[in-house]
Amino acid sequence: MKKSERIRQRETISRVLAYIRPYRLKIAVMLVFAMITVGLTLYAPVLIGQGVDQIVGPGQVDYGRLWKILLTLAGVIGATALLQWMMNLLTNQVTYHVVEDIRGRAFNHLQQVPVSYVDQSQPGDILSRIVTDVGQFSDGLLMGFTQLFTGIAAILGTIGFMISLNGSIALLVVVLTPVSLFVASFIASRTFSMFQVQSEKRADMTSLVEELVGGQRVVQAFSYEERGMERFDRINEELRTCGIKALFFSSITNPSTRFVNGLVYTGVSILGAFIVIGGGMSVGQLISFLNYANQYTKPFNEISGVITELENALACAKRIFDFLETPPEEPDDPHAQVLEMPDGSVDIDKVSFSYRPDTPLLQDITIQVKPGQRIAIVGPTGCGKTTMINLLMRFYDVNAGEIRVSGYPVKQLTRDSLRRNFGMVLQETWLKAGTIAQNIAYGKPDASREEIEQAARQAHAHGFIQRMKDGYDTWIVEDGENISQGQKQLLCIARVMLMRPPMLILDEATSSIDTRTEIRVQQAFEQLMEGRTSFVVAHRLSTIQTADRILVMKDGNIIEQGTHEELLAEEGFYAKLYASQFAQS
Amino acid sequence: MRKLLRYLRGYIRETILAPLFKMLEASFELIVPLVTAQIIDVGIRTRDTGFIWKMCLVMVALGVIGLVCSLTAQYFSAKAAMGFSTALRKDLFAHISSLSYRELDAVGTPTLITRMTSDVNQAQTGVNLVLRLFLRSPFIVIGALIMAFSIDVSVAMVFLAAVPLISLVIYFIMRWTVPIYKEVQKMLDGISRLTRENHVGARVVRAFGRQQEEIREFDQADSLFTRTQMSAGKISALLNPLTYVIMNLAIVAILWAGSRQVDAGQLTQGEVTALVNYMTQILLALLALANLIVAVTRAAASGVRLNEVFDMTASLKDEAQQEIKSSFAGSRVVFSNVDFSYTHSGAPALEGITFSAEKGEVVGIIGGTGSGKSTLVNLIPRFYDASSGQVEVDGYPADRYPLKQLREKVGVVPQRAVLFKGTIRDNLRWGKEDATEEEMYRALEAAQALEFVEKMEGKLDAPVAQGGRNLSGGQRQRLTIARALVRNPEILILDDSASALDYATDAALRRALREQSRQAGREMTVFLVSQRAASVKQADKILVLDDGRLVGAGTHRELLESCQIYKEICLSQLSEKEVAAT
Repeated sequence: MKKSERIRQRETISRVLAYIRPYRLKIAVMLVFAMITVGLTLYAPVLIGQGVDQIVGPGQVDYGRLWKILLTLAGVIGATALLQWMMNLLTNQVTYHVVEDIRGRAFNHLQQVPVSYVDQSQPGDILSRIVTDVGQFSDGLLMGFTQLFTGIAAILGTIGFMISLNGSIALLVVVLTPVSLFVASFIASRTFSMFQVQSEKRADMTSLVEELVGGQRVVQAFSYEERGMERFDRINEELRTCGIKALFFSSITNPSTRFVNGLVYTGVSILGAFIVIGGGMSVGQLISFLNYANQYTKPFNEISGVITELENALACAKRIFDFLETPPEEPDDPHAQVLEMPDGSVDIDKVSFSYRPDTPLLQDITIQVKPGQRIAIVGPTGCGKTTMINLLMRFYDVNAGEIRVSGYPVKQLTRDSLRRNFGMVLQETWLKAGTIAQNIAYGKPDASREEIEQAARQAHAHGFIQRMKDGYDTWIVEDGENISQGQKQLLCIARVMLMRPPMLILDEATSSIDTRTEIRVQQAFEQLMEGRTSFVVAHRLSTIQTADRILVMKDGNIIEQGTHEELLAEEGFYAKLYASQFAQS
Repeated sequence: MRKLLRYLRGYIRETILAPLFKMLEASFELIVPLVTAQIIDVGIRTRDTGFIWKMCLVMVALGVIGLVCSLTAQYFSAKAAMGFSTALRKDLFAHISSLSYRELDAVGTPTLITRMTSDVNQAQTGVNLVLRLFLRSPFIVIGALIMAFSIDVSVAMVFLAAVPLISLVIYFIMRWTVPIYKEVQKMLDGISRLTRENHVGARVVRAFGRQQEEIREFDQADSLFTRTQMSAGKISALLNPLTYVIMNLAIVAILWAGSRQVDAGQLTQGEVTALVNYMTQILLALLALANLIVAVTRAAASGVRLNEVFDMTASLKDEAQQEIKSSFAGSRVVFSNVDFSYTHSGAPALEGITFSAEKGEVVGIIGGTGSGKSTLVNLIPRFYDASSGQVEVDGYPADRYPLKQLREKVGVVPQRAVLFKGTIRDNLRWGKEDATEEEMYRALEAAQALEFVEKMEGKLDAPVAQGGRNLSGGQRQRLTIARALVRNPEILILDDSASALDYATDAALRRALREQSRQAGREMTVFLVSQRAASVKQADKILVLDDGRLVGAGTHRELLESCQIYKEICLSQLSEKEVAAT
């Protein structure tokens, strides 16, 4: 279990490396700069110590040498700052560009995954992968990596400098430092369990708040306020108790390590002072040592933080790669033809289909649709009416049999050309954030304003658009929340109207449209269907009755087909469905 | 933010002591460089080993006292910060419960959830940080300055130049980058929007063959985002190198100026070292302060948002104290000339509504979206108050009842089927806390939910996920209907609550409700809001709303004769034969 996890982690790492490969030169430069910066930063305390050695007391100041040392120090400082700055810039560049690359690729992939994948995934999940995970991955990985690298370099460098100054004190520091690390990790492990309790309680709190605040209207409707308050108080109090512990323990890490560092500092002072007295070292060198003793544990603490950050980043990377590696839609056949000027005939020939192998759905369906015919699909909710749409548009492919459009098997046509010959209006209206004109011209971005207006007129949408503040340039927010459901539907119809496709797939709305608009939508649908082969998922009897053929679906299968009269005469499921609307009490 | 500080009231002791102990710890830290100076100037110079040991003991003692002070401070501040957030959260929750539908509409419940969770946490972090660090950093800066001046005035002048310089650099870099980072956040929102859009609209994007254009649009937004982020990064990248340069050049200056003073006998070698140490401490303190300011700004923004919630007052007053005991024999609900508008200036949502509903009657309400159907039924349990006119329930004006009593008379099935995490039993108990199993099963049966509940594992104890996600839309709707029925209401309101049901189930439901309403001794009045003519056709009385006005009231047959709009609605949804059949 653990081993396989490690293998997977290694796989993720190698994939990560593939992504940052184009930047390997910049990264190499970055690392060189980092090493030089670390070296220079560590050299500064040595110079400061040497400087102090030149100012021993009254009359014992060597101005000449001091001046030289200070000049060197200034030079070192300037170089350090410059290199550090350039390193920061490089890190930023690489990080942000890697993010841009991966994010672009992920979005690209979103357009290529099969619709079945989209159907099964939560929008929030994909969103967090493309937006949050990518950001965290690059921050954590690259920043973490440079920190890790400089941290290790700093530790090794410090040890090197210390040994060159005085071996025995260096030994003291190296031996004592683990104590500080031990204290830190001891506290961290304690804190971790308390944080876990806290985050559990916090999750309880969040879900309670989501429930009671989110459902506040229901709470009030059922006078649940007092009962709700009792539940809330209980969790709130629990959260307080465990929160104090978590907060306190997490905040003692710093003072405790600072204390241990103080002990190391004291140790260096004593030992150093004795060595200086014994003549083994100068005062300036002691000062350099004290400086190092102060700095030495910092990279250790940073590294332990960085490691969790890196693990987190790898977890994010894994989620992104998992998404990127979902197989894309099977590409178009290389010899696929572009469907042009189809006559509008559709043959569904012995088609079988199911979403999951273990639950068969459509079986051996054969339907012949002549150009210009109107096909109504009816049935109770959840009977799989949308499956037909999915197959006709090739959002899903059939398992057996064949669908032919205008005589061509759909698998031998490019998906794009097939889909563009179908006008689709779904019940879940989807509009892009943008102007009304942009939305109508969605399928034909180069349409002129006249064409757009004409399409809107035919869709009976021109009137309401004109009454809006900015007319066709009115901005529609995400999901079209600033216009009514009926108006959204009209815009979707206008969008198809502009394309003048020879075939149509329509999904009638069950409700939520006001009467006046409803009539207009219906007229628009009529206008649209004029002379076009159309498949309508129908809820209205008027639509059903005028259809050339009705497909009655139940539990994912077509159980009856024929005209309204024929089906009534059959006295089957359709007749019952029809009668249920006349239910008498 | 200041207004929220009242929630620290129970923790005054902790609030004062925490920063004090922090300062105490800081002052011990300020002494350490002096001790080191003593070791160099006295201990090493005079080769006094005893003195060195003594000084080292002092250092250890300082460390121990510092640790104790620090831990005390951390404990007090953790206690105060958690106490603060607990009290704040409780008050906020109670406040939200007191708001009426009008306010909930205005802010929206998702916003309130964010306020209750992340904003409260943010404010808590702010309080904790302020208590621990806000005094400490300035104290170290000022303390180190004072120490420097007490050691040597002329060398301390270097400090007077360096400290403002470092502060200015930090200030300008923050001022420069904060607005850019805000811009960056906005662009990230745009990227999220595009992603969401293309996920939800995947079918349409593909139907129109627009994948390439969408990719291009995304790439543009993404690269603009990257460039903006980079330009902010360029400025931020200056912070560390610049402050590093200033501090170290100051150290160079200290050494140079110090060497003159030492030569003149005004200063010792150890004291020069101490000055260098103070400089380092100041830089660290200033950088900590900068981080702190960012965190506090964020907390303050949360504080402002929280205050916005507190500033909302409930527009609906629950003033009636006395429960009304009546066995009124007249109409169940009477509206007399009721007007209502959602905002003070906006167009009225209801205008001049007058009707009465009798006991045991099924009242259908039909009309387009925005015609005021939901608004009308929401006035009955007083989710809103009428702007003018009167709503009477069982012979008394609705506002004469204590809210609780009024709402217990009513069973509401809202448009959106909201269920809660727990079991089916838990959810039914929302309707009636002490409902018996028999009552529950009866309600489920009437709501057409019995069949699927019986099929579930555990039946009444079958789990319901948060928001009822493990159930289908139709199942959720039927459970919310059962929840309302279990309380045996005198008035049942179905606000377009059967939209996810197929026609057959819908019809069976209506039949069951009709039976219930006619049961002797109960005489439940049912309000049935719907957009489907077929659903309301059989009602005893149908109210037709159009644009906030009552344009027709009567039975299906009467309305077909008298109400043009009703006829239009029927004809748009039903065949002529269906319209005629009753």
